[in-house]
Amino acid sequence: MLRVHNLSAGYGSLHVLRRLSLHVKPGEIVTIIGANGAGKSTLLRTITGLLRASSGEVLFKGEDIQRIPPEQVVFRGCSLVPEGRQVFAAMPVRENLLLGAYVQHKRGKRDEVAHDLDRVFGLFPVLRQREHQLAGTLSGGEQQMLAIGRALMARPTLIMLDEPSMGLAPLIVKDIFHIIAKIRDEGCTVLLVEQNARSALKIANRGYVLETGRIILEGDAGDLLANREIQRAYLGKDLDGENK
Amino acid sequence: MFLELFFQYLVAGLTYGTIYAIVGIGFNIIYNTTGIINFAQGEFVMLGGMTAVSLYAFLPLPLAILGAVIITMAVGGLIEMVFIRWLVKPSVLRMIIITIGISILVREAGLVLWGEGVRSLPYFTGNEISALSFGGVRVSPQVLWSLGVCAIVVVLLNLFFKFTMLGREMRACAANRDAATLCGIPTRNMITLSFVLSAGIGALAGCVVSPITQTQYAIGSGLAIKGFTVAILGGLGNSMAAVAAGFILGILESFSIWVMPTAYKDAISISLLLAMLFLRPSGLFGNREAFKLKDF
Repeated sequence: MLRVHNLSAGYGSLHVLRRLSLHVKPGEIVTIIGANGAGKSTLLRTITGLLRASSGEVLFKGEDIQRIPPEQVVFRGCSLVPEGRQVFAAMPVRENLLLGAYVQHKRGKRDEVAHDLDRVFGLFPVLRQREHQLAGTLSGGEQQMLAIGRALMARPTLIMLDEPSMGLAPLIVKDIFHIIAKIRDEGCTVLLVEQNARSALKIANRGYVLETGRIILEGDAGDLLANREIQRAYLGKDLDGENK
Repeated sequence: MFLELFFQYLVAGLTYGTIYAIVGIGFNIIYNTTGIINFAQGEFVMLGGMTAVSLYAFLPLPLAILGAVIITMAVGGLIEMVFIRWLVKPSVLRMIIITIGISILVREAGLVLWGEGVRSLPYFTGNEISALSFGGVRVSPQVLWSLGVCAIVVVLLNLFFKFTMLGREMRACAANRDAATLCGIPTRNMITLSFVLSAGIGALAGCVVSPITQTQYAIGSGLAIKGFTVAILGGLGNSMAAVAAGFILGILESFSIWVMPTAYKDAISISLLLAMLFLRPSGLFGNREAFKLKDF
């Protein structure tokens, strides 16, 4: 579904990604774990085209999406839930979701939008209660749900999530990861970028470990969870906390 | 007599109020989609008025106005495509300086094209001495024209932004450009569209008030300051509030002539602008809660 090959990218003279390669197969949850500054967000921004790669290619369903503008990437079925939610704060929840359905409008599938709205409200019942509230007044967890819901409104075949657990209480993180697994079960492929390695690896099929712009390790999620090196560096086995 | 004088000043205030309101709305439209203040907004008003006067030489009045509005819209779109579109994530300050530059450019182009002469369109109905009398208060029919046009523009715009998908997309683009892109919205086209729309509205205002206030190449910058004051006074991004604020400023200016020398008229808007920025930057009618959620 997604194949990233020898991708390098950065900001000006700062090289963040160095010849990075990975792939995501249909129906999988693939997670990319790594510390702050490893290049996780840069990777996702480059895949969606918000940031231009300096070299390498990103193939989505066999097409190089580096060559098309970022808004077209969404039309191909690849949606990003950006870091820090980025909801339209001064608009009500409902309008946020309808804007997510922009792609569906343009595809001429306007009549399916109401159904998709119901589906998102089904996944996140709290959003239905907050339907007419300004998005900026929601709690962090609710905003994260809204951001995921907005991305789902475009009916993506691949949804990429950038640190959905950031700044959220453990209980809410658990909820959100539960729903991410559910989204995969409903047939949407997931690429999940996380600092919260344990939660991510628990729901993922496979994982990559990103360090200073390079993939240093990859494998089945279970193997990575059991890997002593990863336990020490990312899972904080010698500490007690759930978070690293 | 006192009451009549009072109403006469009031009407004069309302007249200027409409044009301030429309310039303020123009600011709001571009601010709403791009988050920038377009200081060339007053130039659109000038361009509209001047182009209409030129076209009126060989076209009937309604066609001349329509032509002027369309030409100004094209200029607005062109300005965006030439000066703004190619910028990658410009800072707010840089955008403001660019729009000030554009405003100087357009003004000088106006000077070359039309010279320093003061011109005006004829009155839409009647002439400069015809007046409707409301209980002793004499009102030029052109005042009713400008009030009517302003009202229609405001209502249509509000319907557009609130209830159409395109209007919502433009607001999304304003709120968070990256997020709008991630929804698949072609944000660059939305920005061009906002310049086109705001140029058209400015041009229409320029035509409607031209018989009353007259048009000259240099009227733009003064109007830009008034319009900016109005936009701030009402609360940036809120077109309805800009109208109310426009009337407030127009009426304040008009009554100031009653008690102060005319020369101080323009000082009113500047003092009002500073006072608002210091005391209540969210505007008189601005939602403080929503204001805090905006980036700028």
